[in-house]
Amino acid sequence: MAASDTKPAAAPASARAQAADYLVRRHHFRWPEALPWLIAIACFFLFPERMTFGNQMLVMIMFALSLDLILGYAGIVTLGHAAFFGIGAYTVALASLQLGWSEPISGLFLAGLLAGVVGAVVGWFILRYRGLTLLMLTIAFAAMLQESGNLRADITGGYDGLPGLMFDPLLGRFQYDLYGHTNFIYVLVVLAIVFYLVRRIVYSPFGQALTGIRENVRRMHAIGSPVHGRLVTAYAISAAIAGVAGALFTQTNAYVTLTVFDFENSAKVMVMLILGGTGRLYGAFLGGAVYMFLEDEFSKLSPTFWQLGVGLLLVLAVLFARRGLIGLGEDVRWLFRGGKAGDREGAPPRRFVWKPQHWKELGWSALDGAIIGFVAGFAVNVKFVEFMSTYVTSMPARALIFTVVGAAVAAAINLVSLFWTSRTSVEAKAS
Amino acid sequence: MTEAALEVRNLHRNFGALQVTRDVSLRLERGARRALIGPNGAGKTTLINLITGGLKPSSGSVWMNGEDVTGTPQAVRARRGLARTFQINQLFRGLTVLENICMTIGERDGENNNLWRPAGAKRSVIDEALDHLESLKLVEDALKPVRELAYGRQRLVEIAIALAQKPRVLLLDEPAAGVPSSESHLILDVVAGLDPDIAILIIEHDMDVVFRFAKSITVLVAGAVFTEGTPDQIRNNAEVRAVYLGEEGHHG
Repeated sequence: MAASDTKPAAAPASARAQAADYLVRRHHFRWPEALPWLIAIACFFLFPERMTFGNQMLVMIMFALSLDLILGYAGIVTLGHAAFFGIGAYTVALASLQLGWSEPISGLFLAGLLAGVVGAVVGWFILRYRGLTLLMLTIAFAAMLQESGNLRADITGGYDGLPGLMFDPLLGRFQYDLYGHTNFIYVLVVLAIVFYLVRRIVYSPFGQALTGIRENVRRMHAIGSPVHGRLVTAYAISAAIAGVAGALFTQTNAYVTLTVFDFENSAKVMVMLILGGTGRLYGAFLGGAVYMFLEDEFSKLSPTFWQLGVGLLLVLAVLFARRGLIGLGEDVRWLFRGGKAGDREGAPPRRFVWKPQHWKELGWSALDGAIIGFVAGFAVNVKFVEFMSTYVTSMPARALIFTVVGAAVAAAINLVSLFWTSRTSVEAKAS
Repeated sequence: MTEAALEVRNLHRNFGALQVTRDVSLRLERGARRALIGPNGAGKTTLINLITGGLKPSSGSVWMNGEDVTGTPQAVRARRGLARTFQINQLFRGLTVLENICMTIGERDGENNNLWRPAGAKRSVIDEALDHLESLKLVEDALKPVRELAYGRQRLVEIAIALAQKPRVLLLDEPAAGVPSSESHLILDVVAGLDPDIAILIIEHDMDVVFRFAKSITVLVAGAVFTEGTPDQIRNNAEVRAVYLGEEGHHG
């Protein structure tokens, strides 16, 4: 606040210039932004045998990016985004099978267009609602599509899917190889283009207006914003991108089933985004990559109970990184910079000094942490007991022991979280 | 008779059986300085919401510059020059002060329809936003997120947003509410110094402010217009003193 400002009376002219400068430069390219792309290219050379998995990762990142535009920026909560992913996925599959339209790149455009149009129409209806109502409508729409597909299993292949799809070589030249090398480059290039589009939108005045709707919709109405139109536009764009991701999914797998419409698919992409950080552009990258990697590792570890690991990851994310991994990174950097002269925006140094009144803060945050820790710990515990009990069904005594161990694990998480949440929140308030 | 900047005719609004607005008619000429006063629960904020279009009237009509806007959406009325401030701050709390203002200018000019050009590329918008901030002495805080400002400063942002709309009619809902009196004079000075062409309707409880600022006063009681007149007429109206000024003491 004003009182903690290190330079109380900077000349107005310079404050003005500084403020203008910030907005003028905000959308400029920064070097760390190259990092995820360099890593992706490096992976191409370092793990040539894992390109199929890499493809899936890139596709999910694109899917998460589409969600970020509406969830992270416009604040539209949806658990039915798989609907548009599925539309895209089936567009290229059916175009190839029924119409003989097997050219991949035009297929992407077709998929994006169709998903976008459906997104606009559906969005026009459902975006009059907010909150839980909207959430239920998004779920319902995806479920309806899936069930319609199931009714016409003769066309969609139902849950058995449509195997053995064939697509033309890329640009008429590049054949698909068994290891997915061509595909990886293909998907990466499309992702880069889509990412560029999303980045433009996010930094445009329109993107700003979306954040305005997220931050305060009443105020947006009062300053004359056509809120509904803005939301529908964003929803359609997001749907189109999800459709492109779905199309890439089908093209790179040469296979699609109705499971693309699964609620789980919608939920998974949201989890990825939250894990990475919503409204952050690169949150989709980080969350998508980390989630897919861990899911893969966990499922190798235990094909039956890999979800336990993912669940634990989520619990940890909720406890320690509520603004996602990107937010966590910022917090850590902030802590390390605590003693230094100040951060980039010219804020005052934020050295943490303990004051007696912080005890009260600590108490409240501890309670906060304890409640969340308990709930989360309980959730983990249930899964943990389920996991253990399959091994020890014949030995109830041992099952009991494991339950206790599970509870202890939960309690330990609880304690650590208590310490962590109290510390960070006290520091944030002390600054 | 020239067309009023804003006129409401026989406005009614019920919430179920509760009549919060009864047969209210009101006229704001260009450059009007009118205060809307009345005891708590008189329906002042409801009336503002009916005028802006946030609420639909049960019956009656709202006119801007001789045009019936009763069925016009709130956003369209806003773009035609109807701005308001809220009794309780309605700001983009996570965004910086400067972004709050740029957002408003963008909506006013239709800039926000642009999906491609970077928001920072249009220097004229930023400069205008900074001019508004300068007039309210907010430039120092331009890059701070709104939620980090003290409440009194946030009140100023609330007004800055309304001004950035370049309104022809401005509805101020207790602009100085919740602001310590040491700072409230700044807000009221700003209000007093506004462009004389803007028609202003202000809801205010501080009678000093009302009598100093307003050229006409409407007293609202139980959803209906109780009386209307110049500050002197209202001050000397025995009935108004009984229903309203009496409870407030004798600031005037």
